[in-house]
Amino acid sequence: MARISLKDVRKSYGTAHVIKGVDIDIEDGEFCVFVGPSGCGKSTLLRMIAGLEDITSGTLEIGDRTVNDLPPAQRGVAMVFQSYAIFPHMTVRENVAFGLTIAGASKAEKDAKVAEAARILQMEHLLDRRPSQLSGGQRQRVAIGRAIVRKPQVFLFDEPLSNLDAALRMDMRMEIGKLHNQLGATMIYVTHDQVEAMTLADKIVVLKDGQVMQVGAPMDLYHNPANLFVAGFLGAPSMNFLKVTVQGIDGGRALVSNGALDPVEVATAGRSFRAGETALLGLRPQYLTVSEGPGQLHGQVALTERLGAETVVEITLKDASPLIAALAHDAVFPLGAMVNLNFDPARAHLFPME
Amino acid sequence: MAMISADNRGLRLATRYAVLVLIALIFVFPLVFMVMSSLKPSQQLLEDSANLRAFLPVGDISFDNYTDAFRRAPVATFVFNSVLVTGVTVLLSLLICSAAGFAFVFVDWKGRNLLLAVLLATLILPFETIAIPMLLMVAHLPWIGMEGLTWGWLNSYRVQIIPFIADGLTVFLFVQYFKDLPGELIEAARVEGASWGQIYRRIVMPLSGPILATAAILKFLVMYNQYLWPLMVTQEEGYRPVMVGLQYFFQLNVAWGEVMAYLSLITVPVLAFYLYLQKAFIASIASTGVKG
Repeated sequence: MARISLKDVRKSYGTAHVIKGVDIDIEDGEFCVFVGPSGCGKSTLLRMIAGLEDITSGTLEIGDRTVNDLPPAQRGVAMVFQSYAIFPHMTVRENVAFGLTIAGASKAEKDAKVAEAARILQMEHLLDRRPSQLSGGQRQRVAIGRAIVRKPQVFLFDEPLSNLDAALRMDMRMEIGKLHNQLGATMIYVTHDQVEAMTLADKIVVLKDGQVMQVGAPMDLYHNPANLFVAGFLGAPSMNFLKVTVQGIDGGRALVSNGALDPVEVATAGRSFRAGETALLGLRPQYLTVSEGPGQLHGQVALTERLGAETVVEITLKDASPLIAALAHDAVFPLGAMVNLNFDPARAHLFPME
Repeated sequence: MAMISADNRGLRLATRYAVLVLIALIFVFPLVFMVMSSLKPSQQLLEDSANLRAFLPVGDISFDNYTDAFRRAPVATFVFNSVLVTGVTVLLSLLICSAAGFAFVFVDWKGRNLLLAVLLATLILPFETIAIPMLLMVAHLPWIGMEGLTWGWLNSYRVQIIPFIADGLTVFLFVQYFKDLPGELIEAARVEGASWGQIYRRIVMPLSGPILATAAILKFLVMYNQYLWPLMVTQEEGYRPVMVGLQYFFQLNVAWGEVMAYLSLITVPVLAFYLYLQKAFIASIASTGVKG
């Protein structure tokens, strides 16, 4: 097992800078998820850790070794690819044992380790099949099996579930979570799916344009997003941002309002604002409630989506801006009905305009 | 309506088969003519050639032409030489050209694009333009063999094999095929600790059945049909291949029956090789099973 440390790691292709100075520390046994939109550099960063891409500058340490110039095989990592990358001309058994075969392991050792991996992943019955005879989920199991037999220090997953259908994705997600508990290994997992990030991670690294936006525990990021991007990226439906005017500042609190919002005092969370400045008030849809009384926010129902246990309502506020509310119960709203909404100011976030 | 459309379909099918049979016959007739003529004495062969009897085993049929052909020229030696030179060249070519293609596609090294461009540029050079310089070169090359160090490669198997092992077209075929292999397979093998040699041997080659068969057939045809180069570099019968051997049947009086017998004989290895590889070709596609 090993801790991983990236210090000012950069990657450029000619004049195109893809990774722009990344610092991340991943503790031994931690499950770390790199998340971000397409093209943010998360896969590139993972491939740099694997040794499949050169590091232009900076230091990458795995365990207590600097591995910048080591080939993939000497880094003690195993990787699971998005396309599974299992060898089509080999049986499942040969695929899983591939790394051991390359390392010159004896047949007895290979058999024992493959059997153990097959037991963990419940694929004993698949061992003599060819990849073409397997379903997507089974192929993914084989790819994971190939990763675990060598008992690597670090597991790298590059969007491993994105080729699976929704139901299977949930099953495999839970299995990967269990696998992490079982093996206790350091794992780095790349995804653009925030549900995977939130449910699996001990630590989430949010990336955008080759830069780290925020690092922290999932709930920490959810409740205390460092910036507008992280606030909008995590959570579904995503956070509402209302353009508000700062009426006044009092210590760490700001009084804000707009045409649809009655004046309300929210924490500035260390960010600086000036009176009269326009700012963005972030409100998670889940923390909005429909008020029987006058309420803080006022608008008209534009759309209702009833999901059974939850109702997602799109509201057009008095100042014509849209707002999404996710109510934790089934409710019916006639189209165009006037609604008043309440929220707990302690759960609101105030960001400067970017 | 249904009847009419069924009839139409039947008619279309019949027309299609008729055209296909016609095309097949056009290709088969010369072969049939060759084999049938090889069984007839020269006089009858010339008489029959003006009518349909040329394609039928009729008249005075025997294997005399074959025994005469063996008497006139060392046929067995020519066939052996051709099969040896062709076989060894094909094997070495598959090995060297696939390894070169592998290095061009998967391994990152300085100047590979330039070198590939230069290699591909050699495709536009006709062999005849480099035949003379090559002859001058091989005539002075050193060789260490049983007799120690000798100079000049003329009159040997190596002079017919070594210059033809690597060629731009075969490397190009492998490069194109390897580019289509999923890169993640190679990366997965690298992460698992495989060396370039192991990736080549254990991953890339087993997935290259179709292109190996294609490259082998193309190389076989080129090598088996070699005429100009072996004529230039071999003066001794002992090293000459089948195409050069054909000359022996046009010296003094031309015996067409013997020519046909000789041609029939030297066609056998080509057909055998083609049929063998066709099977391997289909098997390789069936076993790859790459999907999804």
